[in-house]
Amino acid sequence: MSKTNTIAPRDTGAPRNVGTILKDLDWRRYVIYIGFVVVFLIFAVLLRDQGFLSPNNLLNIFRQTATITVIAVGMTYVIACAEIDLSVGSVAGLSSVCTAMALSQWGLVPGILAGLAVGLVVGSVNGALVSLLGIPSFLVTLGMLGIAVGVAQWITASAPQPILNDTFNTVFGSGNFGPIPGLVVWSGIFVAIGAVVLNRTKFGRQVLATGGNRNASEFTGINTKRIKFQVLLISGMVASVAGMLYAGRLQSGRFQWGAGDELSAIAAVILGGTSLFGGFGSIIGTLFGALLIGLINNGLILAGLDSSQQQVVRGAIIILAVALARKK
Amino acid sequence: MNTADNVVEMRSISKAFNGVPVLKDVGFDVRKGEVHALAGGNGAGKSTLMKILQGVYQTDAGEILIGGKPAAINSIQDAKSAGIGMVFQEFSLVPSLSVAQNIFLGAEPLGRGGLIDDRAAVRRAKEVFAEMEVDVDAGAQVSRLGTAYWQLTEIAKALAQNAQVLIMDEPTASLARHESEALFELIDRLKQRGISIIYISHRMDEVYRLADRITILRDGRHLFTEPLTEVTPEQIVEGIVGKKVEGQLSYRARNDVATDVEPLLEVRGLNAGQRVRDVSFALRPGEILGLAGLMGSGRTELARALFGIDKLDSGQVLIRGRKVTLASPQQAINAGIALVPEDRRAQGLVLEHSVQDNLLLPLLKQIQRGPLLDGAKGNELSASLIKRFAVKVAHPHRPVRLLSGGNQQKVVIAKWLGTDPDILILDEPTAGVDIGTKSEILDMIRELASDGKAIIVISSEYPELLAVSDRVLVLKDGSIIRDIPRSDIADEEYLQLAVQGV
Repeated sequence: MSKTNTIAPRDTGAPRNVGTILKDLDWRRYVIYIGFVVVFLIFAVLLRDQGFLSPNNLLNIFRQTATITVIAVGMTYVIACAEIDLSVGSVAGLSSVCTAMALSQWGLVPGILAGLAVGLVVGSVNGALVSLLGIPSFLVTLGMLGIAVGVAQWITASAPQPILNDTFNTVFGSGNFGPIPGLVVWSGIFVAIGAVVLNRTKFGRQVLATGGNRNASEFTGINTKRIKFQVLLISGMVASVAGMLYAGRLQSGRFQWGAGDELSAIAAVILGGTSLFGGFGSIIGTLFGALLIGLINNGLILAGLDSSQQQVVRGAIIILAVALARKK
Repeated sequence: MNTADNVVEMRSISKAFNGVPVLKDVGFDVRKGEVHALAGGNGAGKSTLMKILQGVYQTDAGEILIGGKPAAINSIQDAKSAGIGMVFQEFSLVPSLSVAQNIFLGAEPLGRGGLIDDRAAVRRAKEVFAEMEVDVDAGAQVSRLGTAYWQLTEIAKALAQNAQVLIMDEPTASLARHESEALFELIDRLKQRGISIIYISHRMDEVYRLADRITILRDGRHLFTEPLTEVTPEQIVEGIVGKKVEGQLSYRARNDVATDVEPLLEVRGLNAGQRVRDVSFALRPGEILGLAGLMGSGRTELARALFGIDKLDSGQVLIRGRKVTLASPQQAINAGIALVPEDRRAQGLVLEHSVQDNLLLPLLKQIQRGPLLDGAKGNELSASLIKRFAVKVAHPHRPVRLLSGGNQQKVVIAKWLGTDPDILILDEPTAGVDIGTKSEILDMIRELASDGKAIIVISSEYPELLAVSDRVLVLKDGSIIRDIPRSDIADEEYLQLAVQGV
């Protein structure tokens, strides 16, 4: 490689042959893949007698991480744009509840529309407050976290809303497409669309630019307010679909579904190499971040740790992984 | 020469990054009470040498002597205790804290009970400013002060830490002329008090005004160190550039701008905020219009208003005789206007993104195929822009922040010319750019005008304005006070007087 500049002590990324990816990835973003493989191998060896490698268990990992993966795809856009969305978990809960109630009242299509409407409304309100009024997204969505879960609990009087519509349950989470669980297909679709849009469309590029330097993006003619609005809207919509996946898998709507998912999703996004400060985002990284979290959960259960111990180990592994990813 | 006179002596300094040598056996010394200019093109090794002295980098070979004794400078803290102070090019103050709090940041005076005594800090800050003979409100919040005061605070901060040597990197880059003059006087006073100054600047007049000696680096090597009385500006420029440059800053007459054609841009009675007041002018295709004025005269604000960033309060803008609305940069771009902004790092580039991503950002429409971006087309387009504007880049996918200032600026210009604008506004297009790249950029501007584009150049450097402008508008307090054809401007002094409103 010919070096024509001399102020490059921090840069270690040698140029690759870039046919498919326009963006120059730096090596820190590969830590997630290495970490995933390492953790996988350790579990494969240590937990071989507990059935870790059985196809059923591996599918289970995918199935259990599917909703987090879906939420995290939306979250990747938000974080890459240098914002945050803490309301996703409660949006999923509210969406599950609204879907279930509308479904039992009016049928399948209104049920689905009701769920999507939750994402549309919450996402728009988040987006409008952040982009038009300039309130930090952390505060807006923190408030919305409480509002959404509160509304969900209120309208259901804290009671679970059973879903008896088999079509809905089959499509949203309980059913299989051939040998592949429906949830895996859902997360596959979201990851695929998310990755293509982020890497290969004008919108994706503008999201990254806005996150990387809002001022310069504004000077380049990008309507950064609109971009900020759009990423929060996307995040809300995606979270509402995740809520329906909860509802379908668990065949009911409950305000607790999705509680705490915002933190898992943020962890997955950051583990996946998306910069917490914006400007960089990787959907495939996010997928592996979510899978790594699922893998750890699964392995720790198989290893016979109780839930308190799981939380400690999981927390430590996440910190370790992020620390490794940051080290230069 | 007696080495004991040297407050700082750097001997045989060598430094390599990733196996690429940046400094090769460089010697550099500073005497007590001396202003020592350090010059060299981008990549010559100036910043690396200074970062070694400040303890940011460690030298691979050679030694540093402070006051004649070998000193180990392994951290910024070591450098501070050795009396090395830095006045940063990109200011390093905390805007939300007061001047005094910034000065004593990390070394806060403690009162009884070990708590920070802010009043003592203000008192001591006042003493420092009194010694500097400048008037700065020590209790004011830094963000409320102008750039010139930021710099004074930086200097006070270094002096409060007992700095014996101050490193100043392009200190006048963001100052208006009278502010620069005040800084020069301050430097003279510091000198008399025995403080030494390492002065990094591309501006020849400043170097001659201030410096006792000059050291030139080229390609990581020490070229020469001479008293300024024994070296001509031509020798210095030649030393920096490495080849003889003649008349690159002189005006070159191009084909006369046709005066009978319809103006490309016409501005009528424009008002925007406090700093654009009743501005009217017309710009013809092929014409280069220079905007001159002091800091705060409204030059940048006029550019921002024309680019749709600041709201227009009243007035009309016509492009090719048709009224246009400029409420957002998007509208301005669609109307055929492009702006190369004042601050390329904050406004022009997404620094962490690759050169290619930055180049393509305004051009995404051009590389769209259906809903997706065409990667191959993007590579092609960016490669052609890089080639056309001779951007020196190791690889288009490497972050733009790794480029030198001059090449970064070329990227900003290139990204806009990719949109093929009719009207190009350049705000301080050569600030912090080495002389070689500067003349390239000026040539570029002339060429674009010859292609029929209408160009507005804002610059605080009069030689540069005079080198390219066909006509100069002088702004003061947001209004145009003079409209002077280039042929009526005899020299720099004439323009300076016009700007001062004399």
